[in-house]
Order: sequence, then C-alpha cells, then structure tokens
Amino acid sequence: MSDTPAAVVVRRGAYHDSVALMRVSRALSDLPGVEAAMVAMATELNVTILRELGFTVPEAGPGDLLVAVRAHDPGAAVEEAERRLATAHRPQAAAQEQPPLTTRSAAAAVDAGLVLVSTPGEYAFLEAYDAVEAGLPVMIFSDGVPVERERQLKELAETRDVLVMGPDCGTAVIAGAGLGFANVLTPGPAGVVAASGTGAQQVTCLLDRAGVGVSHVLGVGGRDLSAEVGGLSTMRALRMLDDDPATELIVLVSKPPAPEVARAVRELPLRTPVVPAMLREGGPDLTEAAEQALRLLGRSVPEWPSWPAWHRARPSAERITGVYSGGTLATEAALITGSRDIVDYGDDAYTRGRAHPMIDPTLRVEALAGAAETDVVLMDVVLGHGADPDPAASLAHAVARTPATVVVALIGTDGDPQDLHRQAAAFREAGAAVFTSNAQAARHARSLL
Amino acid sequence: MTPRPRAALLDAPPHVITVGAGLLDEALRAQAVRTTTVDWRPPLPGTAEALATVLADPRRQAANERAVGRLLSARPHLAGVRRASEVLPAGTFLHAGPPITWERASGPMRGALVGAMLLEGLAGDEREAGDRLAAGAVELAPCHEHAAVGPMAGVVSPSMWLFEVNDAEHGGTAYCSLNEGLGKVLRYGAYGPQVLERLRWMDEVLGPALAAALERTGPIDLRALMAQALQMGDELHNRNRAATSLLLRVLAPALVETASEHAASVLRFIDGNDHFFLNAGMAAAKVSADAARDEPGSSLVVAMARNGTDFGVQVSGLGGRWFTGPAGVPDGLYLGSYGPADANPDIGDSTITETSGLGGFAMAAAPAIVRFVGGEVGDAVRATRSMYEITLAEHPAYQIPGLGFRGTPVGIDVALVARTGLLPVVNTGIAGRVAGTGQVGAGLVKPPVEAFTSALLTLAQSVSDQF
Repeated sequence: MSDTPAAVVVRRGAYHDSVALMRVSRALSDLPGVEAAMVAMATELNVTILRELGFTVPEAGPGDLLVAVRAHDPGAAVEEAERRLATAHRPQAAAQEQPPLTTRSAAAAVDAGLVLVSTPGEYAFLEAYDAVEAGLPVMIFSDGVPVERERQLKELAETRDVLVMGPDCGTAVIAGAGLGFANVLTPGPAGVVAASGTGAQQVTCLLDRAGVGVSHVLGVGGRDLSAEVGGLSTMRALRMLDDDPATELIVLVSKPPAPEVARAVRELPLRTPVVPAMLREGGPDLTEAAEQALRLLGRSVPEWPSWPAWHRARPSAERITGVYSGGTLATEAALITGSRDIVDYGDDAYTRGRAHPMIDPTLRVEALAGAAETDVVLMDVVLGHGADPDPAASLAHAVARTPATVVVALIGTDGDPQDLHRQAAAFREAGAAVFTSNAQAARHARSLL
Repeated sequence: MTPRPRAALLDAPPHVITVGAGLLDEALRAQAVRTTTVDWRPPLPGTAEALATVLADPRRQAANERAVGRLLSARPHLAGVRRASEVLPAGTFLHAGPPITWERASGPMRGALVGAMLLEGLAGDEREAGDRLAAGAVELAPCHEHAAVGPMAGVVSPSMWLFEVNDAEHGGTAYCSLNEGLGKVLRYGAYGPQVLERLRWMDEVLGPALAAALERTGPIDLRALMAQALQMGDELHNRNRAATSLLLRVLAPALVETASEHAASVLRFIDGNDHFFLNAGMAAAKVSADAARDEPGSSLVVAMARNGTDFGVQVSGLGGRWFTGPAGVPDGLYLGSYGPADANPDIGDSTITETSGLGGFAMAAAPAIVRFVGGEVGDAVRATRSMYEITLAEHPAYQIPGLGFRGTPVGIDVALVARTGLLPVVNTGIAGRVAGTGQVGAGLVKPPVEAFTSALLTLAQSVSDQF
C-alpha cells in the first residue's frame, strides 16, 4: 500500500444516492494530488471495497456516509467532497424538445397537411415513402430518383389516396402557399396540373398578368406521363382540381405524354374544361396555351409586356444560343428558334453537387462571358419564392459585359419579392431586350438573325 | 368508378413538413406558411440502397405492426422458479450474448464459466476448470437460444435456479437466473469462495423458498408491477429499487407462510439487493420480445446482447441470425479507485430491457440515476426523447410520468437506426476486465453501428431474394 496519507470521515445519517456519490468520487479522483477517493454510503459492500483499497474504516452503518481519500492533503480533499455534495442537488433547466429526424417522426408529431422533400435525390425516396405511408401528400423537389422508385411511390399513394408531386417537381401552389420555386399569384379560377415546373410558372405568370388568378398549381414530375409511371399523379391531380370549387378551368402543362397515358387522361370523366399546354413540333406554345385559357374563361388577351433593348442588335448575328435555367422554357425556345445550342443548366448534368441555376448563377455567368459577338443569347430569368433574391445583381452585369446580343425571358409576377419591374429595368440597362413571354422572346431572337 | 381522392389538401394552406434544403423551408416561412423542419442528415454510409429496398418491401409495414403489436401486448407473469437442470440440455452452460468460444471469451466471461465449473464440482480448482473449458468439456450456448437471458456474463449451470416468466397473452416462456447482489458476484466474473458460498445458499435455500412462495402467491403480473415501478423512479435496468420493493411486498407473506425457517434470511437477502428484481424484469422483457420474433419482412430488433467480446442483435424478419460488432467499453462512473483501464468491454443480456423499451429508453423515468452518464436530468429526458426517433411504438402500459405519462419508446427498427444514425441508449454495469474481479462501475455504452447496418443489409438481401 501507498505511503500517501489517507483519511476516512463518517457523516452519520447523511444520505445521498449512490450515483451522486459515484460522481463525487470520480471528480475527487481526478483532482491533482488525489491518489484514491471513494465517497459512499457505508453499506457492507462499500466497506469491503474500502478495506480492499487499504483504508481503515471506522464503525458505520448503511445509513452513514463515508468519505475516504488518499491524497497529499487529505483534509482539503475531504472539504472538496463536502463542497461537491452540497452542490450535488441543483435545479435543472427544462429539457429541450427532440427535433424530428425523419419525416416519419415529424408526421407522427404534428398534424401536417403536406411534406416537401428536397434532400439529395438518392435519399428522397425514403422521406417521400414515409410521407405517403403516413397518408400525407408529398412534393418531391429532389431529382435523381430512379423511375421504378417513382412508380412504387405512386402506387403506394393510390392505396393511401394521396397525391405525389414529383420527383423533380420544381413548383407548386396550394391554396396560395408557394412551394419550391413559386411565383406570388393572385387567387383565382385557373388550376394547373404541371409535369413541368417552369412551364407552369410561365403559364401562371401570364394568366396573372392578364388578371386571371390561380387556384392551385399541382406538380406531378417530368416523368409522370411516361409509360413507366402511367400518369398516376396527373390523373389524381386532375380529379382533385375537378372537385375543387375554386377551380373553373384546368391547364395541363406537360411534355407530349406516352400515347396510352394520353388516352387514359383524355378518358377521365371531368366536368372542368382542360386546356392542354404540351410543347411539340408545330403545336401551340405556352403563351398560346395561356391565351386559349383566357378565351375559355371569357377574358381578353392583353399585350404581353416587353421592353426593347436600348441598343439595336448587331447586324452580324449568326446563331442563337440558349442559356436557360428552366427545362421547359429551353425546350420551347428550341422549338421556336430551331437552334440546337439551347442549354438547360437546370438539367441533372449541371446540378450535381451544385445549386440550381435559379439560385446559383455561376454557370450562366460563365456562359455569357464565353459568348461570341455574332451570338444572340436567349436566356430566362425566373422570379418568385425560392429563386435568387436578386438575379440581376449577377446576371445583368454579365449581360452588360458579353459581346453577344441578349434576349431575356423574364418569368414573374408583380407580386414576386424580386420586383419584376426593377429586374426588367436592370437587364434593359445592361443592353438586353426583355420579354414576359418566353415564346415572344424566342421569336424576337429569331428575327435578329 | 374508384372513389375520388379527398380534396382536403386544397382547402387551406397546409402545414408543411420540410425535409432537405433549408432555403425552401425559409421560402415557406416568408409566406407565413407553418412548417415543421426535419433535422435531416444522410443515412449511415452504404445503407441508402438497402433502406429503399427495405422500406419499399410491401410486407414491412404490416409485419412491423404485427411484430411490435405482440411485443406491446405481451403480459409477462412470474410463474415460479425452476432449477436450471430442468431446462438446460445436459452438459451445457448458457452464457450471455451471441455465441462465444472459450478462446474468444473475455476475462469476466471466463471467470464466470470457471465459477460455474467449481460450483458444479466439474473442476477442483481454477486451473483445472480453465483447462477443461478450453478442452470443450462443457457445451457453451447463448441464453437467448434457450428462451433465457442472463445479466452480465449470464452464465447458467445446472444447479442454479431460474425465474420462469410466462406470457399470458401469447403463451411464451422465458427464464433468467436469480440475482446474486452487487460487488464480487459470478455474473461479473468473480468466483472466490464467498461467491460460490452464496451460490450454494441460493441453490439450497433461496431457490426452494421462492418456489414455495410463488406457488402460494400464484403468477405475479409483472407488466403491472413494472408499469408501477417506472412511475416510482425505476428504469428497470440500472435502477430496480422500486420494483424490488414491490416484489418483496408480494413475496413477504408467502415466504413467511411457506418457508418460515428461512423467511428472514431470504427477505434480508432480497432487501439487501436493489437489483433483485432485474432478473425477473429481464425474463419479462425476453418473453415479450420473443413474442415479436419471426415475422417475415419485419425490421424490428428482437434481441440485443453482449458476451463481453461481441455485441449482437437479432431482427424479427431474420430468424435466429446474429449480427455482431465489437462490444464497446462503457462510459460511466467507477467504484473506488477503479477506472476505464480496469473495465471489460460491454457484457450481458440485460440489453433485453432496452430492446423492450426499458432501461436506457426509459431514462426519463429515473432521474435518480441519470448522473451515471455524468449528466443531468435534462440528459435523461433527451435520451428517452431521442429513442422515439428509432422505435416503432410507444408502450401502452410502461409510461413516464415526467413526459406526461407518454409511453416509453419501444421497438427498435434497424432501418430507423440506419436513417438517423442514432444508436440505442444502453445503461449497463461495468465488469472488471480481469477474471475474478467483479463489478468495477456502471454507466452508458454505445452499441457498434455495424451490428445494425449488417442486419439491415441482410434484410434488404432477403427482400431481393423474395421477389
């Protein structure tokens, strides 16, 4: 045994629970100059342990407290033990709530009406599956979900009677709440079912500009009308809007569907008129679809605002290139101009490990810097919640510096937080022609060649 | 025509659960839309594909509901005590945790096996016992594979008495040895003369006395007793003071009537050991968890157990297979001058309590012991609250007063463990690493993550094999 001085003090009838005591023991043992320390009730077991540790234990019973220390200054160590025991009982702050770690637990904890999933695509299925399993509709903003998983989700959704919006659903508006990239729209009679986010944004922004508000925008994801998925969400969304008293007309925005899916959609027994806005060679563009909806609602079609460039286009323009953030807007531009140089920077290939170009302008700024003097660059600028709070701040500067001629399709409403008129003015000052209709912007670009 | 979907979604701006990009949550808040934000993180590395497969298994949800339903509805009753020789296969000792050989056994496991050899008269001394065990003189089998559980080393040999607990709901039976007390005891790997002497007394006096008393009382409803103990500050793993007292109240008159000669010594023995109830509670937990076994497609954990070397789990949908990882060293408080260097890796079947929603999962019920963690009452509440994230249900009978009588989190789902990265909170005693030492402390231990992920990957494989 050690030569270090030891002390054993008995505190008769001083009860502390064993854990408090073990804690004090540990704290004491950690002190410099303390070789061994044990603060414990004098139970048979503890007395035996202390004796084995070489302490001489005075007569004491289980109701008595023992403070045993072997230290350079045992008196000080015993005092420290007493001090710690005295402060062992202090009031606790209320424990914090546990935040939900999965959609499953969030859905169990709150009475929610919708789940918005925007995790990286490889994990989105898990959270979306939780939502549907809990009987909640879900919007999957994420892309990169395998199509067979999309099918599984939507089949489960059929059994749970809920809507799956997406995957790769960029926008939705539910009873005035904008989800994902969403413009601020006046409430009104037009409902939208959209397999394309920016397509829906173009149509609804034009309707809003014409004074026709929107009831809801239900996204379904770009692959919903494919043969693999079979239009399950599109048909469900159409039936929901058909049952919605606020919706008088439905615009269905999509790429051309698989023929058998198109047939199934057509055969739905709906009371509400449906205006298709499906981009295809020779078909109506998005602006024309919006105009058709206006006419069906008995409204007049206004002039879509546009602002010519301050400078005339260079006479040497040779080709049209596209620097887009919206896939459907890019497709529309390609159909109208016939150009093969329309790039959609919102495509998966450009967004891996990088934010969407509606948020991160870097790639498009680079593309503008790399354009030639003989190019006409067509680009979209999409406003609304979720998008870049001031796209002109970076893009207008790039427009001013590019040697190319620039035509901007500015997709937004007067209610959008970015201030549509200020954005239009900034791009115009930078030298671009600005249109609120993407189709008109594309036609204008074509006229410059 | 199929019924039309309800349009409730479109009636008013919804309360939105957001999971993923914070920007989209902010955009909703900017519109004064109510949101609940999931504190999302990617699942454990290498599990995403298996998780999707397991989640999409059409059997899973119903299988889990059935499995956890049986776990929740079990009605364990303490039916009696039995000598292990009536239950054990001949020539076999049981031990805690997944299967283990003498070669891989840790100090306390070896110590307990040596003690059992000496107790059974199969060896004259420690050396001979070790040699005979190394030579395979006795078959070693996990308690879990014989409807039993054992705390710490969990060694069961023929002359030990076992609690017998029956599930009045589903008809199962589970066994657990009788608790020897604290300090130098066989289950912590001690085998000195006082250990063997106590075990002999337990064999000759305690066992028969309890048998007679329990015959007099009839089956004791442990579900009701444990529910009460939780409301009296036990979490039923590291604190069993209330449950032991409650059991003693029931047993005392019967002991006096049936074993008057030994009643005082038996009652004094039970009174001197706050953990006397632990073993009965473990058998109750075992019989409940066993009711949840063998549900194809279920991702529910039905056993977590450690043998001092490996930590193993079993999953309802995967039969009796063990999925293991190295047992960790508990973080806790040490007796006397013992410290972490003296500690053996985690050992014992007592994690059956956490498996059935008690122990670490019920920490919030036992503020008196939270400082084992070196923590505060708030930590205990957080520990329990966090376990709701990885469990399938809340126990209808086992409730926590401090959480508004919310049921304890029950039914660990390996998929939820992989998704959240949260491991089960386990309370435990700490055995000395050297054979013969006994208990050196108590605290919390982290299970190895690979036990859960390998179970998940195997479950995913079984789904793929199914179709």
